[in-house]
Amino acid sequence: MTAPASTQILDLAARFPDVVSTDARPGFSGFIVKKENLVEVATALRDEFGYDLLSTVTGVDYPAENKMEVVYHAFRTIGGPGIVFKTQADRVEPIEVPSLINVWHGADFQERETWDLMGIKFTGHPDLRRILMWEGFEGHPLRKDWKEAFFEEETKPFKSRWPEGNHLYAEFRNPYRDNLNFPSGFDPEQYQPQTEDQLYFSLERSSIKPKDADLKTDSIVVNMGPHHPSTHGVLRVAVELDGETVTSLKPVMGYLHRNHDKIGERNTYLQIMPYTDRLDYFNSMANNFGYAITVEKLMKIPVAERAEYIRVIMAELTRVQNHLIFIGMLLNDLGTLYTPALYAFEERELILDIFEAVAGARMMCNYFRFGGVVRDIPDDVMQKIKDLVHDRLPAKTDEMERFLNENEVLMARLKGMHVLNAEEAVRNSVTGPCLRAAGVPYDLRRADPYSVYDRFDFDVAVRYNGDMYDNYLIRFDEIRQSLRILEQAIKQIPQGPINSQKPQYQVRVPAGEAYGRVESPKGELGYYVVSNGKPNPYRYHVRAPSFINLTALETMCKGNKIADFVALLAMLDIVMGEVDR
Amino acid sequence: MYGKGILKGLSVTLKRFSETYLDDIVWWLRGKKRYYTPEGVAHRSSKNTRGIFTVQYPEEQLITPEEFRYVPFLVYDEGADGKREHRCTSCGICAKVCPPQCIWIVRTNDPNTGKPVPEPKEFYIDMDICMNCGFCAEYCPFDAIIMDHNFDIASYDRNVYNLEKLSKPASYYRQIRPLNYQKNEDERKAKEAAKAAKADASASAAAPAT
Ligand code: SF4
Ligand code: SF4
Repeated sequence: MTAPASTQILDLAARFPDVVSTDARPGFSGFIVKKENLVEVATALRDEFGYDLLSTVTGVDYPAENKMEVVYHAFRTIGGPGIVFKTQADRVEPIEVPSLINVWHGADFQERETWDLMGIKFTGHPDLRRILMWEGFEGHPLRKDWKEAFFEEETKPFKSRWPEGNHLYAEFRNPYRDNLNFPSGFDPEQYQPQTEDQLYFSLERSSIKPKDADLKTDSIVVNMGPHHPSTHGVLRVAVELDGETVTSLKPVMGYLHRNHDKIGERNTYLQIMPYTDRLDYFNSMANNFGYAITVEKLMKIPVAERAEYIRVIMAELTRVQNHLIFIGMLLNDLGTLYTPALYAFEERELILDIFEAVAGARMMCNYFRFGGVVRDIPDDVMQKIKDLVHDRLPAKTDEMERFLNENEVLMARLKGMHVLNAEEAVRNSVTGPCLRAAGVPYDLRRADPYSVYDRFDFDVAVRYNGDMYDNYLIRFDEIRQSLRILEQAIKQIPQGPINSQKPQYQVRVPAGEAYGRVESPKGELGYYVVSNGKPNPYRYHVRAPSFINLTALETMCKGNKIADFVALLAMLDIVMGEVDR
Repeated sequence: MYGKGILKGLSVTLKRFSETYLDDIVWWLRGKKRYYTPEGVAHRSSKNTRGIFTVQYPEEQLITPEEFRYVPFLVYDEGADGKREHRCTSCGICAKVCPPQCIWIVRTNDPNTGKPVPEPKEFYIDMDICMNCGFCAEYCPFDAIIMDHNFDIASYDRNVYNLEKLSKPASYYRQIRPLNYQKNEDERKAKEAAKAAKADASASAAAPAT
């Protein structure tokens, strides 16, 4: 039997001799593509080899080798392992790499992020503005030579803490007592604040003006947010309107930015774990999961059998509560103030009670460790989980459906309102329920199984219309599938140790790279970690599904009424902790 | 019929609304108090809860499970004359593992020899920075630092706790985390027994040689 196409290893170097070489650094994999031929190779990957979904774009800085590297991970939506390819540029300004936005539109925000944080220019990108930092920001913080205002040492633990740890407030490290760095020769008298013209110009360019209309009209720009109650946090969206119709829009983000990647590079491997809780703070269990499997891949260690099941139980519980909250919050956005949301919150509280009893905290769980989990599930909590999974949650999901599904007002708002079709979703690298509601059954638990998901019997929830009503219903489908997995996991969970390793606060991670991904409730959550054998990761990058799904927002909203914008945004189920990182 | 779906949905709301009062009557008939009692709060966070769900903080408080963690504190055993014997040896592991680096420890040095003494001279935790991760308690080899359950610590100032403010007696530890406390005690006893057995064995092994 020949191996199915999805598992064949692709030899890109043979297809493109002289242009592509295999990445031979120890611990690394994939291919290095000459940057002049990047677009050609990427197009071939997409069209000839079927890698239609671009997962991540990110950069790695190698000042010692005077190189900047851009790393791409692409996958097939029919499933199977992906391909990683890189391209390198000399570390002399301007550092330029061709943009892949015309091959995979999903590269849009990610390239902007890489430009913003690493200072790699993507030639051919139509709108290469900063995305997470503010307009007037100096420098590119993810470069290895960039230092924060409160900089103390390259890596933690800091020497000042012990044995002579006399407490000092962080701001005393900066002469201005302020969390700000000023460029050398900065003169406050001469300072000109940057305007936001560029943002508005980027809107103008994509707008359509009726040429021969009788009535002379002008389009207007409305800024939704950053404190609009429906934007799910401090997201701002500049929307250009023609009457009530959206002609163009650009999300503006970064209000919650803390440079999670840089914090990660300063931390030791273990210390990153609680920081991942703060990404998608609704689903810290899923965040922990992704990070743990990535580092386990690098360390090449097994996970204790019982811990695998505990992980699945926690990940599925968090999915159930996330989707319930999604439904509640969507109804909020549609104007049903708070009744459905509070009903959803009840079930969520009960699930959080379980997290609290097991992990110690309701939201910031910090529960996973490399090789397993922190502690076992106590018997009384296991009983609680069983009660919820067998009795309460199925009944309450039914109740929620009875409560809302046939409501005529809801149907009028949701039915037939196009969100995304399969092609648009894949092109924009949208993952998660939104992709599946557009008819693409791409769920990592099946497409590229991790942990013990291959042992459970469940279906990938999929709907085909790609309208808002399908996007809404698919969350119920997913809740039911999660409950199915939970029932099996509770039944099959074996006894035994909960960690394959001894508890240790400094783990040894061999040099190399790893990309780990899990199906978080919002989409594909990926972690890209590069190790150089030291106690701290050399490069740590998070592929945040909320952030990348936002790429599709403009496609979704163009041509729709501004009143539906709020509901369309809710469909993406974004959470700002993850968007802004 | 148009509006049927809405009516169906409203029946759910009505049911939920009436359940609150129904349960009030049921509890009253049973002669139990539903509000402001630990029993009532426990029921409201069980799988059988229906109707009203909210807990009237601060009059009512959710029952915190044993593993609940807020900020850390340092455990001391009470010596014979009421002296505080800190379990902490100022080994520095918690300061190294702390992700936001908010633990600051000054180690005691013997004034005569200059050698380190296993006892902290000063111990600071910046509670404004602490991210409540629990690593310090998890990796402390001496069970000297424990995560507290008390979460009402709001204040008008910045909260850098020093050794004095961080110290709490072992009895408090036993009160909030009885299972963990017992586990620690058992482990400690087992270790001492093993040590004693080893000492015995080496003593008896050494005896014939002399
Ligand atoms: S609290 Fe524990 S880990 Fe921290 S210095 Fe003291 S003994 Fe060491
Ligand atoms: S709980 Fe975490 S953040 Fe707080 S002091 Fe302990 S190790 Fe540091």
